[in-house]
Amino acid sequence: MVATGALGAIGVAATAWPFINQLTPAADTLALSAIDVNVQPIAVGQAITVKWRGKPVFIRHRTPEDIKAAEAVPMSELPDPQSDNARVTDTAKKVRPEWLIMIGICTHLGCVPLGNKPGQDKGPYDGWYCPCHGSAYDTSGRIRKGPAPKNLEIPDYLFTSDSLVRIG
Amino acid sequence: MASSHGTPPVFNNKVIAWIDHRLPVFSYLEKEYHTFPTPRNFNYFWNFGAIATVMLVLMIATGVVLATNYTPHVLMAFDSVERIDRDVPQGWLIRDLHMNGASFFFIAVYIHIFRGMYYGSYKAPRELLWILGVIIFLLMMATAFMGYVLPWGQMSFWGATVITNLFSAIPVVGESITTWLWGGFAIDNPTLNRFYALHYLLPFIIVAVVALHVIALHVHGSNNPLGIDPRGPQDTVPFHPYYTMKDGFGVVVFLIIYAGVTFFAPDYMGHPDNYIPANPLVTPEHIVPEWYFLPFYAILRAIPDKLGGVLAMFGAIGVLFVLPWLDTSRVRSATFRPIYKWFMLVLVIDVIVLGFCGANPPAGFWIPLSQLATVYYFFHFLILLPILGKIERPLPLPPSIADAVLKKKAA
Repeated sequence: MVATGALGAIGVAATAWPFINQLTPAADTLALSAIDVNVQPIAVGQAITVKWRGKPVFIRHRTPEDIKAAEAVPMSELPDPQSDNARVTDTAKKVRPEWLIMIGICTHLGCVPLGNKPGQDKGPYDGWYCPCHGSAYDTSGRIRKGPAPKNLEIPDYLFTSDSLVRIG
Repeated sequence: MASSHGTPPVFNNKVIAWIDHRLPVFSYLEKEYHTFPTPRNFNYFWNFGAIATVMLVLMIATGVVLATNYTPHVLMAFDSVERIDRDVPQGWLIRDLHMNGASFFFIAVYIHIFRGMYYGSYKAPRELLWILGVIIFLLMMATAFMGYVLPWGQMSFWGATVITNLFSAIPVVGESITTWLWGGFAIDNPTLNRFYALHYLLPFIIVAVVALHVIALHVHGSNNPLGIDPRGPQDTVPFHPYYTMKDGFGVVVFLIIYAGVTFFAPDYMGHPDNYIPANPLVTPEHIVPEWYFLPFYAILRAIPDKLGGVLAMFGAIGVLFVLPWLDTSRVRSATFRPIYKWFMLVLVIDVIVLGFCGANPPAGFWIPLSQLATVYYFFHFLILLPILGKIERPLPLPPSIADAVLKKKAA
């Protein structure tokens, strides 16, 4: 009885699995996984948004003041403590503080924060501000205020030359 | 063919008798919708179950027609909906009926839920009846949410983004669950496809749960405004013609209002941003869900913590499941509960306040107000109801429904 029941349960689970697993991203979705971006035209203080895996990626060419402000923040003030340096390091471990590359999706409920375009509200920490539920990020994209639990996510990226970055 | 409740009906029509002998659908209708003994003292609040049923049928009918004209693809969905509005003969009407039908379905169900709460319809022996109702409510919310995504406008896209991201608040596995729901790394074509399939499927599951809801209802019969059980034939009337007529009248009045809004203000309850095609790179300035979700949305935003907000929002509905056991009062109807009556009114105001909080940007005084209203919402269910049942002294209950009705008439 027990053995039959156990075998039956395994059979049901094995049959159910394809129905559950088919919901995960398909091969063609996964194939769109890396893009190359030329960052040379982005002037100091400017930012662009590119699309990667269906999501916006923010690339900000930070000013020396931005960098100084981000580095000066004491860790104790951060809800999700992370040094500015750790957020501007590419996968080859090279630090480029002038380039901040982040997924432009609020870690609260997935809105795109404002502040990447000139004239938009950058929020009280001069970084990004999410209008949906009021989360504010600093010049390093770290969460400072509001309901978002985490800093803006940093994707894997690698500068293949001084002007070309591969995201993904 | 007339018969009293309890004895099987005799059908004079030979065809009906032949069928009924093999498949007793006519006996069933006779028993449950004709002779079914129903308390004689219903007020108009008791119309809304029938009204909600009519709305469900209407939503399925209009929905099937829309489905024949709709294309579930990110590049074509928006245009196919515009085509329904502009090119399909009377397509605009069917779509507006469906769009506003969702709102009116929720209006009917919210009044129906209020009725259940005010008159204590969830109390023994109707707890499962109530729980089935809460399940219907949840299924309706899921269906409405997925339906709102289909036109693939800005609000569709960003509403879907916010709501599916709720699941990313779950510790450890949250992110993977969200990716799994999306079928990708963001809301995209796979998401739209599955939402379409589920939006078509869920209404039929709702129909099935409604059937269970009705079966459970017909075990002990309806509650009534006095909240006391009928004690004999003097307390009841047959369902037909008394309540078929009264429900019919209520349905017609409700449909007139519904038709009025559909014809004269079809976009009143909608949002203009949803007539802008979805753009994954730009979030609208201010994301708001449809009005019927606003109170729950306000609870979500009131808590300054992601997981906490999500738990509170689901908890706001979860608490309804255990309502029959939170309310310790043995008296059903608020008519005889002098204190509860007023707190029930305060709860209604509280939910409306939450609705306004949800409709406004999360800034300024809306934040503390929504927090206050959220605290009160949970206070009502988790603290007030258990205590109130113990300390409140109910008014004396009338000896029977007939007694109360006839006295009222004499006075």
